[in-house]
Amino acid sequence: MAVVSTPATLERAVPVMDNAEVLRIRNDFPVLNQLVNGQPLVYLDSGATSQNPLSVIEAEQEFYEQRNAAVHRGAHHLAVEATEAFEDARQTVADFIGADYAETVWTSNATEGLNLVSYALSNAALWAAQGRGDAGLKDLALQPGDEIVVTEMEHHANLIPWQELAFRTGATLRYLPVDDAGRLDLEHAAGIIGSRTRLLAFTHASNVLGTINPVRELVALGRAAGALVVLDACQSAPHMPLDVKALDVDFAVFSGHKMLAPTGIGVLYGKQELLDILPPFLTGGSMITTVTMERAEYLPAPQRFEAGTQRISQAVALAAAANYLTETGLDRIHRWEAELGQRMVTGLEALPGIRVLGPGAGQERIGLAAFDVEGVHAHDVGQFLDSKGIAVRVGHHCAQPLHRRLGLTATTRASAYLYNTTDDVDRFLDAVSGVRDYFRA
Amino acid sequence: MSLDQLYQQIILDHSKARHGSGLSQTEAPEGASTGQSHQLNPVCGDEVTLRLAVSDGKVAQVSWDGAGCSISMASASVFSELAEGMTVDELHGVIDSFREVLRSRGKVHADPELLGDAAAFEGVARYAARVKCAMISWVAAEDALNQAS
Ligand SMILES: Cc1ncc(COP(=O)(O)O)c(C=O)c1O
Repeated sequence: MAVVSTPATLERAVPVMDNAEVLRIRNDFPVLNQLVNGQPLVYLDSGATSQNPLSVIEAEQEFYEQRNAAVHRGAHHLAVEATEAFEDARQTVADFIGADYAETVWTSNATEGLNLVSYALSNAALWAAQGRGDAGLKDLALQPGDEIVVTEMEHHANLIPWQELAFRTGATLRYLPVDDAGRLDLEHAAGIIGSRTRLLAFTHASNVLGTINPVRELVALGRAAGALVVLDACQSAPHMPLDVKALDVDFAVFSGHKMLAPTGIGVLYGKQELLDILPPFLTGGSMITTVTMERAEYLPAPQRFEAGTQRISQAVALAAAANYLTETGLDRIHRWEAELGQRMVTGLEALPGIRVLGPGAGQERIGLAAFDVEGVHAHDVGQFLDSKGIAVRVGHHCAQPLHRRLGLTATTRASAYLYNTTDDVDRFLDAVSGVRDYFRA
Repeated sequence: MSLDQLYQQIILDHSKARHGSGLSQTEAPEGASTGQSHQLNPVCGDEVTLRLAVSDGKVAQVSWDGAGCSISMASASVFSELAEGMTVDELHGVIDSFREVLRSRGKVHADPELLGDAAAFEGVARYAARVKCAMISWVAAEDALNQAS
């Protein structure tokens, strides 16, 4: 009998997630099991930061109880154990995103990853001008006349480092606008991404609109222009299968704390041929080969970009988080969260005076929804929901330009993860339905 | 603490009434010296521009524009009603007292004799994240008062 493993048959083979499974998953997350203002906590702020399962907490604890030492230094037993745990974690996380080991650089968070690329690129201009380093640096150096392209929906972390790179190099920053429905217009994009574009940076999924951007189409435009492509995977890596090689991006970043891991650890993926020639961002110990009083030679990636003592236990914990997600199945998580996202939007749209940002019900979105309540400030909405034990985020969600584009200053955002049930969403919707009355809007 | 202790009726009323709101529609009384201050809370985007007119050592007029949550708007409204007619020294005393209550994390009670309707903001002191909302117009007022007097 021939077994044909098409995606369709796979799809049927894998059972979809349901509330019963989520209730089992919740047992792994101690923090979710508590009362807030007398009511069981409904945590709908995973877009800001996620909660850690026991396996992650224990991995970090086990590291400190059994193997804690500085890595890549010293020949003693613990140092060897710690180095092994640290580098095994790198391989696990590399596999998680379809990258190679040496292409996976530890950072503190996505913000640091983006700044690293931004500074490495302006350092490339400095090096190239003085004939230092690889001859290929010339092609990476930006100069006046060159353009950096971002989108209007970016988190400040994927905007400001590029503003500053433009400032340092004399390049010009341009952006792809979003339409009223919160989508990028690809035809418009094709008119902006062109021969002057040297770098294209955009988010995979919007932390405000919930849209999933057309990565392949944008990468194709970037490739045709000969630009470097940077993907902000903060809202995708934790929630859906991600294969950086298949997407063919040059760089990608994400943060551990948004994917069930502790704060203080993140990842920068970069194509090997780029990482190996780019100048470092931070310099110091652990990233050098030979040092004299005058100058230093640097290791290849990933150590090239990991100056100083690293966040070892956090890396180990991030690998445990990646394993937890892989075992649950990112495809399944993605589908479950998409269902929760639809439930949010459908429910919110049915309420008077609520405006949901981004795609409407029935259109693709991830498991989050940001919305405006007519006549009630987001801060008051958040306070009202908190009094019912429901945790959401309020404010501009680090996307001021996007809010300005939509004529708003602050919104309320509910964002789900694999540990949220449909009941969580229903309790949230029920609470939102009472907001305008309470504030007499 | 219940939500109703934070959002007292007086606060909800003032957040709608917005006494003193409308900078461009009011003109400072002739001969008064004025100060104006703009304050922004980058965390939530609350924004207040407040103008204060002083003549003969007394607050002759308070006028403001703003956008923000009910606490911040109500607080500007309450301030405007309260401050008009006070001497500069009295107003300094009121502002100091309000600040002390709000920064006390609920330990210092408001004196209704001194603070009037502003005493209703006592409950805000227990919500660390909201103290700035209640304070923003008062910070603007203190700055404007220093300019005008
Ligand atoms: C889309 C997006 N990009 C970047 C970031 C920045 O992540 P971090 O603050 O962990 O560096 C976030 C998180 O808020 C995000 O949602």
